[in-house]
Amino acid sequence: MMTKSIASFLLGTALAVTTAGVAFAQDKTVKIGALSDQSGLYADLGGPGSTLAAQMAIEDSGLAAKGWKIDIISGDHQNKPDIGTAIARQWFDVDKVDLIVDVPNSGVALAVNNVIKEKNGVYINSGAATSDLTNAQCSPNTVHWTYDTYMLAHTTGQALVKAGGDTWFFLTADYAFGAALERDTTAVVTANGGKVVGGVKHPLNTPDFSSFLLQAQASKAKIIGLANAGGDTTNTIKQAAEFGIVKGGQKLAALLLFLTDVKAIGLETAQGLNFTETFYWDMNDQTRAFSKRFAEKMKNNAPPTMVQAGVYAGVRHYFKALEALGGNPHDGVKVVEKMKSMPTEDDLFGKGEIQPNGRTIHNAYLFEVKKPSESKGPWDFYKLVGTVPGDQAFTPLSESKCALLKK
Amino acid sequence: MQALYAQLLVGLINGSFYALLSLGLAVIFGMLNIINFAHGALYMMGAFVAYFLLNLGGINYWWALLLAPVIVGIFGMILERTMLQWLTGLDHLYGLLLTFGIALIVQGVFQNYFGSSGLPYAIPDQLKGGMNLGFMFLPVYRGWVVIFSLVVCIATWFLIEKTRLGAYLRAATENPTLVRAFGVNVPRMITLTYGLGVGLAALAGVLSAPINQVRPLMGADLIIVVFAVVVIGGMGSIMGSIITGFALGVIEGLTKYFYPEASNTVVFVLMVLVLLVKPTGLTGRAA
Repeated sequence: MMTKSIASFLLGTALAVTTAGVAFAQDKTVKIGALSDQSGLYADLGGPGSTLAAQMAIEDSGLAAKGWKIDIISGDHQNKPDIGTAIARQWFDVDKVDLIVDVPNSGVALAVNNVIKEKNGVYINSGAATSDLTNAQCSPNTVHWTYDTYMLAHTTGQALVKAGGDTWFFLTADYAFGAALERDTTAVVTANGGKVVGGVKHPLNTPDFSSFLLQAQASKAKIIGLANAGGDTTNTIKQAAEFGIVKGGQKLAALLLFLTDVKAIGLETAQGLNFTETFYWDMNDQTRAFSKRFAEKMKNNAPPTMVQAGVYAGVRHYFKALEALGGNPHDGVKVVEKMKSMPTEDDLFGKGEIQPNGRTIHNAYLFEVKKPSESKGPWDFYKLVGTVPGDQAFTPLSESKCALLKK
Repeated sequence: MQALYAQLLVGLINGSFYALLSLGLAVIFGMLNIINFAHGALYMMGAFVAYFLLNLGGINYWWALLLAPVIVGIFGMILERTMLQWLTGLDHLYGLLLTFGIALIVQGVFQNYFGSSGLPYAIPDQLKGGMNLGFMFLPVYRGWVVIFSLVVCIATWFLIEKTRLGAYLRAATENPTLVRAFGVNVPRMITLTYGLGVGLAALAGVLSAPINQVRPLMGADLIIVVFAVVVIGGMGSIMGSIITGFALGVIEGLTKYFYPEASNTVVFVLMVLVLLVKPTGLTGRAA
């Protein structure tokens, strides 16, 4: 009797395992959620353009022709962590989303990171900057694609200190992103023999920077580091020009600047600024071809920003992993492990890899904004100044505090 | 100490925008009894009209200062004729909801076409550069903003409080039937007043275009603060809103110096304090 029941138990378990395996191999449905700032100060660098990038990744993957059913939905987190996490929860619980992409705004990104880990989804973050996503707060469900604050600090920051900018004053956006960028850049400045002489924290989405700029001017620092982004950065740069800051001998370090920001400032004011990106539409034939297709579908015919390019590349790599798995296991950790085990390669970022902490490694580029006389078209803004190989631009694994590395 | 003077001056510059915007709101509320939540959107339209005039029509800043308020003012008068006038005699809330809805639609349309990061508008050549005041570098354009808005504010106050036209207007809001009996076309006067208030918002928009980005949400970011200014000054009080506008700009500037993190909230803290002590606002009369 005993043996019989054990045998039937074993048989039943074996059957269950096999059927589960079959079901998983056959399941070719995927649901993607593009969670972004759809209407605020980061909407142009991510927002609807990121949803379009994800859609293009679906089309270009060719999976539909192989019988896959892939849906995409989008949501507006309004730069509020509580709204971001509420949407993410609903997407997992009700809409059965497998993958969340984009999520600019480090505050929201870190909050959503926890939800995705709890729900065992997949998170490909392209929009947020904080290096904590793959460092202190890393997660087995998260891949951080395009850029981060460590990379920005170690490319733009380092280049400026080495060029003689050894005293710094920070204008910092008062939330997770600004704090991370200021922290990472300060480390680089001091490590290279420079000194931070002061700083001021401003609220997110500030229309007027004149008070802060006066303080920066009074500090006499050689470099005014802008640890902010989007509309805050464009307003700072524009108003700094008005107050004659650059003419007075101080230099602005736009630690994070996007294509759409340069468009908004105008070349007249932005010319000569140095900054770092990992993607620019006019790099080579492949990036130009993709950007042309992208711009045709965008309002204002805007080419993709690096955030939108990162969404595309990340989603393409995700599909490669799903194909290699033979179906969608609906198991975030499993999919992300597969993504990490495969080298990344695409038309936009070239060859790279995903490190065990979830950090995607690829080249970073130092750019300078062209003079108006050098620009040949409506989006012809950047001159390439230098290339930093991925292994030098991003956090070395030996320095990473990510718990995933301590297994 | 020098830095403090500089912050006072910068505060005064921002105060000019608060004063111009809250003045328009006060005029509209005082005369029409409408809480005009579309004011921010109309301010934004002023900046955009200036941008279009320059980039599509080649019309420079100086003409934009004149034309943009007229164009947006006419748009405002159309709004008043087609929608707002039906709210006469109803509770304030209806006007608030309607104008809030209008603001959302206008902002949504602009955002759909122009994105959120904004468009550049250069400072006119005549006002470029700056002067060293010893304690700070003052951009000429900012100095111009303070002087120009002061002149406009005083002229508007004079028009409403000291002229015959202003007297008709104030009488028409007190007792429209009686004023109409004297042969004054009251509905037309109301429409023109709304147009004036809207024109003031658009004028502030043109003034702000070279300093800030021309962005669809530039009004939405500002309107709540401006409403706080109007409430502190006393709803509908013309002089109250001018003085409070400038004063709050200065207080905000000082907060940015001493405790920058609170600069976005200091106005509301003040509003709470003032309303606790004097519910009608600083210069408001009891209803």
